[in-house]
Amino acid sequence: MSTFRFIAIRILGAAVVLLVVAAITYALFMLLPTNPARAICDKPCTPDRLREVQAFLGTDKPWLAQFGAYLAGIFTGRTFGSGASVITCAAPCFGYSFQLHESVTELILSRLPVTASIAVGAAVLWLVAGVFGGTVSALRRGTFVDRAVMTVAVAGVSSPAYLIGLLGILLFGFVLGILPTSGYVAFADDPVGWFMHLILPWCVLAFISAAIYARLTRGEMLESMSQDFVRTARAKGLRERQVVVRHGLRTAILPVVTLFGLDLGSLLGGAVITEKVFSMQGLGALLIDAVHTLDLQVVVGFTLFSALLIVTANVIVDVVYAFVDPRVRRRA
Amino acid sequence: MSSPLLEVEGLRVAFGDAEPVVRDVSFTLTPGRVLALVGESGSGKSVSAMSVLGLLPPEARVSGSVRFRGEELVGASDDTLRAVRGAGIGVVFQEPMNSFTPVLSIGTQVAEAIRAHPTDLDRAAVSARIDELLRAAGLTDPERIRTAYPHELSGGQLQRAMIAMALAGDPVALIADEPTTALDVTVQAGILDLLRRLGRERSLAVLLITHDMGVVADVADELLVMRRGDPVEHGTVAEVFAHPSADYTRELLAAVPSLEARPASVGPRTSTATRPGGPDSAPASRDLSADASTDSASADVDDPSRASRQSVARLRDVAVRYSRRGGPTVSGIDLDLRAGETVGLVGESGSGKSTIGRALAGLVPVVAGSVEVDGSGLRTARGQRLRELRSRVGIVFQDPASSLNPRQTIGWSIAEPLLVHGTASAADRAERVRDLLTAVQLDPSWAERFPHQLSGGQRQRVAVARALALRPALVIADEPTSALDVTVQAAVLDLLAQLQDEFGFGMLLISHDLAVVRQLADEVVVLHDGRVVERGTTDAVLDDPQQDYTRMLLAAAPVADPVRQAARREAWRAWEGVAS
Amino acid sequence: MTANVVERPVASSGRATGFRAVVRRVRQDRWAVTSAVVIVVFLVVAVAAPLISAVTGQDPYGYDIDALNSFGAPKGFGGGISGEHWFGVEPLTGRDLFAIVTYGARTSLGIGLAATLVSIVIGVLVGVTTGFFGGWYDRVLSRVVDVIFGFPSLVFMIALTAIVPTSFPKPVLVVLVIGFFGWPSVARVVRGQTLSLVSRNYVVASTAMGAGRWHVIRTQLLPNLAATITVYATISIPSMIGAEAALSFLAVGVTPPTPSWGRSIGDAVGWVQTDPMYLVFPGVALFLITLAFNVLGDALRDALDPRGARR
Repeated sequence: MSTFRFIAIRILGAAVVLLVVAAITYALFMLLPTNPARAICDKPCTPDRLREVQAFLGTDKPWLAQFGAYLAGIFTGRTFGSGASVITCAAPCFGYSFQLHESVTELILSRLPVTASIAVGAAVLWLVAGVFGGTVSALRRGTFVDRAVMTVAVAGVSSPAYLIGLLGILLFGFVLGILPTSGYVAFADDPVGWFMHLILPWCVLAFISAAIYARLTRGEMLESMSQDFVRTARAKGLRERQVVVRHGLRTAILPVVTLFGLDLGSLLGGAVITEKVFSMQGLGALLIDAVHTLDLQVVVGFTLFSALLIVTANVIVDVVYAFVDPRVRRRA
Repeated sequence: MSSPLLEVEGLRVAFGDAEPVVRDVSFTLTPGRVLALVGESGSGKSVSAMSVLGLLPPEARVSGSVRFRGEELVGASDDTLRAVRGAGIGVVFQEPMNSFTPVLSIGTQVAEAIRAHPTDLDRAAVSARIDELLRAAGLTDPERIRTAYPHELSGGQLQRAMIAMALAGDPVALIADEPTTALDVTVQAGILDLLRRLGRERSLAVLLITHDMGVVADVADELLVMRRGDPVEHGTVAEVFAHPSADYTRELLAAVPSLEARPASVGPRTSTATRPGGPDSAPASRDLSADASTDSASADVDDPSRASRQSVARLRDVAVRYSRRGGPTVSGIDLDLRAGETVGLVGESGSGKSTIGRALAGLVPVVAGSVEVDGSGLRTARGQRLRELRSRVGIVFQDPASSLNPRQTIGWSIAEPLLVHGTASAADRAERVRDLLTAVQLDPSWAERFPHQLSGGQRQRVAVARALALRPALVIADEPTSALDVTVQAAVLDLLAQLQDEFGFGMLLISHDLAVVRQLADEVVVLHDGRVVERGTTDAVLDDPQQDYTRMLLAAAPVADPVRQAARREAWRAWEGVAS
Repeated sequence: MTANVVERPVASSGRATGFRAVVRRVRQDRWAVTSAVVIVVFLVVAVAAPLISAVTGQDPYGYDIDALNSFGAPKGFGGGISGEHWFGVEPLTGRDLFAIVTYGARTSLGIGLAATLVSIVIGVLVGVTTGFFGGWYDRVLSRVVDVIFGFPSLVFMIALTAIVPTSFPKPVLVVLVIGFFGWPSVARVVRGQTLSLVSRNYVVASTAMGAGRWHVIRTQLLPNLAATITVYATISIPSMIGAEAALSFLAVGVTPPTPSWGRSIGDAVGWVQTDPMYLVFPGVALFLITLAFNVLGDALRDALDPRGARR
């Protein structure tokens, strides 16, 4: 089928998934016993006051209307209340935090640079290290190099991020004292400081994911190098390096590419832990605080934003994969 | 006679610490001549050929001498080997679909072959050369092939592209490892013709590996027969076929099913007097005279004794369609199967023959016509009725490797039909399993063994036993011997014939191999593109085909007799251009 | 004379992968055996935690303020290691760290194993039936799997634990939540395997001879899926344990004072400089059990691979 149709169908599917996720999330958090109105009502909360708050929030309307208003808000912005005490939430409006007096979108955007710096930097590092390590292991299968890399990899896969992070802080921060142990410095303010503060988080995150990628790449390379077409490539008289890279790796890399795309999509989940370990005020910290203070608007908005990232990443991965692997195009 | 290009002497190959798989093999290749390495599975023929260019896995240990144009290749440096690969000796592999890298276009891969060796062609010149090579391989639209990916082409087209790629480096020798085994017989004829022609035109020394004696008779000048790693016989094709000196060679030749007309006095199921019994069977001792007298149905369709045989299955105007879009896979199919008789269903891949077999078992969506098994309609049967009908049909599949559940004992697999229909107690089932194992000439104590402990031929026998467990009225044998070595094949076919005599079931024998069908079938139905093209008694269809397609099938199938095959080749040439 | 063609087994079906053969192969791998031993030790410790408590005379709930100095940090070497407190004590509370670690094993292993069980059972059921039955059932459930994959699982888990009323037992909630987000990947893998099995001739033969669908699933599919499922389960367990620890680390897991390695590590963040052992003991325990399951899982996968070890 044509590429356009292929992409269109994927996007449509993604939109449906997002809608379902949004509905379930909204239902769970806004319509459950924990009454959002009660959460922002001052103490003591008189019944009159409660009714006022509900009207303000719009939670006195039927379920479907609430959800509809929420969805509409994402595209057109939303206003709470009326008259003197009106609060506007500009589009796209994922909710408004009454405790922090900012719209969820603004909150997310202000914290995004932190999380993005950590995630993207680490991602590049782990992709390169993992694929390289896995390939070398596969080509030198059974030798000391292979065993060493795989041992480190299995240790990496077994180590929780926070553990490695804390050990890293202990070693490089306190014992050796060469790296800062917490906090984030904006790139615009101080590029060197930005870099120094990120080295440890990058290495920590990359170590664990590189381990996963190394194991995966090794398995895929072993599989692909044992295929008939690799023998054909050799029989043509190609240099071994050409055979490995153009034929073996090119075929083996496909599942790795898929996984990378999906990992980028779920970076929000991984960020949460890293930020706590390194005491960085990123999106993860935002979520944890919101959970502890029961700021449900933030919780719901954050969840949806995260889902949006995941679903978008899935679509992109599908499309990229179709370009990269010609066999899929035919089946599609 | 030109001097040898490649001299192999005392070749010995072992994997790791295991027993050598090739022992003391010697042969030479001379320009313009084709040498065939022939053997069954495990003979070491492929390993021998691959060891010439060092294309074996790293665990392989090669010793002996392989000299190409005077240069020793065994233990040579990587650079030396690389210079020879592609430029000195080109290779054509067996499964073209797996031998091309799936993510690169054909043009890219052929261009690599060209550029792998020193050349001063620029990009445009390389493209032109690719087109030239593809055309020389018989592909008429090289521009399209160049930009296509492997999965977009057919097996025949891919194999031609592979041949083009192998010639890209202007080699003086060619190694072809079972180049046509995975292809339909009409496509095979074209590829073999191409190889022969290119070999003559370019004075290539060709090493052809094959298990098919017909292919040897068609293409080769010399042959070397191998068995379990040892060379058995070496000589020119004319000599060896006419006067084989080794017992094994004789056995191989005798086991090949004969495509051509038998002496008129014998009935359809010819004697096995010239064929030895199979590996684990008792010596075949079938009484010919008794057969000949009761087998009055040799050529006469209207023989009353035949018509009076009970019908076990009937297809009337059947059409099968898998997906909602597109045309039906098969349509307008009429078939009559009677007790004690065999109908051979012949066709190439994609003809729909397997689909028809499955329609009789109720496994595919039949959208038109009627399917009757043992007198009852299959299309309308549901639940209990469907189960009963299914118990009247037994199926034997093609691939012995996947016919039996690897996690269950073969006794369990044979008894499964009994278990499913809840007819017998455990003790009864065990006894029936023993009876069946004996009937298929296997040791009854093997019931506790697992499939991986059996060979391919033995597994097929187990599959036959399972098919017979419920005493079916109809047995569907879907390419039952295609995946087996020729000697084993002969034994399994004999077994099927014998069992049919004994139990009297009707059999639908599906095969692409006309010679196999000739051995067993009373009636032949030829299928092409989902429709019946011709039908009649075996002798009628195979000796005097009426339809062009049938004639083409017959002409394309190689026969294991060099003199006859030379004549047949000329006849096939008359059809050239029809097959692609 | 019949030429004796001793037919050797066809290589494509590979080596024996029955239970005994697999155990034999795993036993030959020293690291796998060591891992198995480690796992057994942890299991025993988890089950016998109260007994061990009785022996050491310490339990994870008893405060021991004497062991702390005026800042709340443990006195003495290694965070207060002594004859009484084998792993030292917890800062600010003086609770015995050894007891916390041993009881923590119950939390981690208990929740990890239970969550794995939940996700495997649901995942296999869905995977096999969608792969085998196909049709609209398959399409619908595949959409469901897509939706669940669309959820940011860790984020959602955190959020869920916030809103569920505290009357609902936390450990059960954690098991359900982790298990719920785990089954779709199992289902996908099992479905893929089932699809490739469904076209094998022995499965087709079974249907052709009149077998009912559940007979086919039970006798043909499941035994051939057992290898994949076993390996996947063994590799899932450390993920589940890790997920529970992560939740506890973020202080949204099991409620205090139930001991949990994750929470101890989380609390240790602020004490890394003054009392690193508070981090090390639970951290090493978590690392060891995760490593052991991973190594064992790898060994199992190699032993079960019909084409032989690809190590």
